[in-house]
Amino acid sequence: MFRIESKVDTKSSEFKANQEYMQKVVDEYKEVLAKMREGGEPKDRERHLKRGKTLVRDRLKLLFDKNTPFLELSQLAGYKMYKEEPPCSGIITGIGVVHGREVLIVANDATVKGGTYFPSTIKKHVRAQEIAMENRLPCVYLVDSGGIFLPYQSGTFPDKDHFGKIFYNQARLSAMGIPQIAVVLGSCTAGGAYVPAMSDEAVIVRKQGTIFIGGPPLVKAATGEEVTGEELGGADVHCRISGVADHYALNDEHALEITRNIIENLDPPNKFELDVAEPEDPSYDPKEIYGIIPKDIRKSYDMREVIARVVDGSKFHEFKELYGPTLVCGFARIMGYPVGIIANNGVLFSESSLKGAHFITLCTKRKIPLIFLQNITGFIVGKQYEHQGIAKDGAKLVHAVANADVPKFTIIVGGSYGAGNYGMCGRAYRPRLLWMWPNARICVMGGDQASNVLLDVKLRILKKKGIIWTKEEQDRFREPILKKYEEESHPFYSSARLWDDGIINPTETRTALALGISMSLNQLIPDTEYGIFRM
Amino acid sequence: MINKILIANRGEIAVRIIRACKEMGISTVAVYSEVDRKALHVQLADEAYLLGSPAPLESYLNMDKIIEVARMTKACAIHPGYGFLAENSEFAKRCETEKIIFIGPNSKALALVGDKVESRKTMTQAKIPIIPGMKAKGENLDDFINQAEKIGYPVLLKASAGGGGKGMRIINSKEELKSSVEAGMREAKSAFGDESVYLEKYIQQPRHIEFQVLADYHGNVVHLFERECSIQRRHQKIVEETPSTILTPELREKMGEVAVKVIKTTGYTNAGTVEFLLDKDKNYYFLEVNARVQVEHPITELTIGIDLVKSQIRIASGEKLTFKQEKLSQRGHAIECRIYAEDPENDFLPSFGKILFVKEPCGPGIRNDSSLYSGLDVTMHYDPILAKLICWAETREEARKKMIMALSGYVILGIKTQIDFLRDLMLHPEFISGNTHTDFIPKYLSDWKEKKGKKKFVEQALIGAAIGMLNKGKKGARVEKKLMFDPWLSLGNWEIGA
Repeated sequence: MFRIESKVDTKSSEFKANQEYMQKVVDEYKEVLAKMREGGEPKDRERHLKRGKTLVRDRLKLLFDKNTPFLELSQLAGYKMYKEEPPCSGIITGIGVVHGREVLIVANDATVKGGTYFPSTIKKHVRAQEIAMENRLPCVYLVDSGGIFLPYQSGTFPDKDHFGKIFYNQARLSAMGIPQIAVVLGSCTAGGAYVPAMSDEAVIVRKQGTIFIGGPPLVKAATGEEVTGEELGGADVHCRISGVADHYALNDEHALEITRNIIENLDPPNKFELDVAEPEDPSYDPKEIYGIIPKDIRKSYDMREVIARVVDGSKFHEFKELYGPTLVCGFARIMGYPVGIIANNGVLFSESSLKGAHFITLCTKRKIPLIFLQNITGFIVGKQYEHQGIAKDGAKLVHAVANADVPKFTIIVGGSYGAGNYGMCGRAYRPRLLWMWPNARICVMGGDQASNVLLDVKLRILKKKGIIWTKEEQDRFREPILKKYEEESHPFYSSARLWDDGIINPTETRTALALGISMSLNQLIPDTEYGIFRM
Repeated sequence: MINKILIANRGEIAVRIIRACKEMGISTVAVYSEVDRKALHVQLADEAYLLGSPAPLESYLNMDKIIEVARMTKACAIHPGYGFLAENSEFAKRCETEKIIFIGPNSKALALVGDKVESRKTMTQAKIPIIPGMKAKGENLDDFINQAEKIGYPVLLKASAGGGGKGMRIINSKEELKSSVEAGMREAKSAFGDESVYLEKYIQQPRHIEFQVLADYHGNVVHLFERECSIQRRHQKIVEETPSTILTPELREKMGEVAVKVIKTTGYTNAGTVEFLLDKDKNYYFLEVNARVQVEHPITELTIGIDLVKSQIRIASGEKLTFKQEKLSQRGHAIECRIYAEDPENDFLPSFGKILFVKEPCGPGIRNDSSLYSGLDVTMHYDPILAKLICWAETREEARKKMIMALSGYVILGIKTQIDFLRDLMLHPEFISGNTHTDFIPKYLSDWKEKKGKKKFVEQALIGAAIGMLNKGKKGARVEKKLMFDPWLSLGNWEIGA
């Protein structure tokens, strides 16, 4: 393959300014992330430790193979959504390695509101299970939760994707042959009791883990019977009498070692074999991405410069370079894995849409994972283009993306606006994982356009009444709209609501993708079937 | 004080320098080209950075990149090793302007001794004996023809910027001159980036004697006695020893003094080597100063008891030499054999490929400077030196026998080496009696062949190995798969945003 020749001048003042700006944005993101990763308040963490329990992130370290990566998901879930501000929504989800195989973990953090479920906690839990389902990853639930966070019961209990979905998923996953393993490290009350009960195998820690449908206070109120938690549903009860749990552990460490043994005894994964090559670092420093991405999100730049800093040896076999140049398509490798890359280099025209659809069919036929690098304002508009059929050509791209049954990964590296989001494998098109860069923006349209459209409507109404606004009055009207759009298009806003699987530092893109591709291969790649392309 | 050193080299010398740094508590930064990703020096250093593609100009000769890495890693000094940028005065100067310590001579002295034509002028003025030859580098072919007539055939063609035999050619007649000059210039250009060459008198059956010197920044200069490096193939040393069998104490003292004078005349600092040719009548001629740590430096270390690489670092950080000339003396005898990836049966042509297995000899008095390991790929891009085997004993004869034993225990499988050739050389009656000169190999060992008995032994070993393999049984597919690259098992403790 040919190597991309970078044309970036790393000594230019523009490069330096961009770099500074991106560094600031990344620092800001890292600061928020660090806070999330701390977990509950210091006093809550201390109390947790005093009970002889281990902090949730330390539990994960005990579970995973030593010195292996952890691909955490949705770290900013619930950020700035509730007055309680639960870090990580009180639950850690992600993919790690146990005995050399990728497993998905869902771990309650009891130092955050007792590990109870906020609406965003449920969304995060269910998304993790969805990833397990799409990629056939064994699930390990480290349970330490008091159930639903009662003040938000209306957002957590009854709907299709609420608490009930968790157990529905466990049953369906188990039926698909995806192991479900629960480790009861604390309370597991009411609905929560079904997590271990619905598992294939369950571990429980003595004098620490409890499982019951109704806790001691509820039992007393209902029947007058006085029991301790341990008598009602401790490890001895469930391992010796009820059979709700299978493995009896003396403490957290013991429980997690037993869990490792469970995974050691699972059937080996049957991973799809891609034609892998020896990995190679990019020829250009990924850190230079900082200087390449313009400060102003509306400014265009050559996406090949980004690709050159993500793929092996900066080598890229571009497809249809001269046709539909606003969409860059081509083959490359990421840490040895073959990938097809589709990246925006401007607004989508008919030609670029057709090219994208053609390229996707190549990748699905050859069973090569697809990577979408999104920086898109949308499809082209105007009379000429509508007459040319931009709607049906855009539809061909959307159709191809939707039906492509190879692992898809999307990274929003810049703007993600309007139907462009759909054509470029946005959340609804089920990429296996979707990440945002901290500088990215996601919105139905830019704040400028939205405020202009709304202003236009308003001015027409006013005109009928014979009122004409001055420039200042118009600006005053637009200002709150601009502010709202800026806030709502921010990656923190998106990540808090799980429109993505997390925010990543641009320099981490390559590693995150390699881990993601490896994970995705646990699901064999089927033949893709397309429907009717409107011609 | 130097606390971090970038080693702008590869192979055994980079490993040697990294180890010295580790002993001194100095952090190390390795640099490497794409083919050296798995090299030992990369694994041993505290940090390692990719320079670029394997071509030396893109990697180990890429000054911009190396200086950039030094600045980025805040390395306060660069050790160039030998070869590559070691004797490049432009690089030394760049380091000086960048305020990075260049562990080697100051750029001015380096420029002087590096320019063989200039240094000959200086030496003539200082009344140091030199070989008759051109006073300046040749401008055109006629110039070379005239000069050659003047000096008298045979003449020797040499590269102005180089060492180690690259670009060097013996020219016996006018007919050979044109093609040799052109080939020499080409070779010089690719090896040193400078195509200038010159001629000098070719001395027949000479011995190559060199003196190790150390000079600090406070005017102290000492010599650490001689090394005899007469055994050469294609003008490159392969066996070195010290002391030389030919030097009398008087001659040794005299040549040592001249060596120190050469260093003082040029204003040279740090470790260097003053090379002489000694003719049949024990006349010595100054050849050149090798402004670097020499490949053969270990034999001096073993007989004098001074670590030369550490001395280089100490001198570079401004320390004074702690020993005086009169306190220095030689003890015992040391021999070095260079192990090359090359085929002694086929004119020492380089041999590349994967080293399947290495077993290095060890024991009292045996030192092995190497960067080998089982599974290493030996590439065609660089000098094919693999390792240096050095033996020390109280007498020359004991050291020679130790070397024979050590060579017999040295196993390198997968590529061709000249280990067997070296062993036979050690057994040669002329070597035993100490009659070494630079024509030794062409004269006595030009038609060397591997002994027949060994081939039979190889057959037996292969049969034995085959039986062993059959008994091992077949490995399952699952084991095979684990050998593939897996980011989950290769990336270490990685976390998003951490």
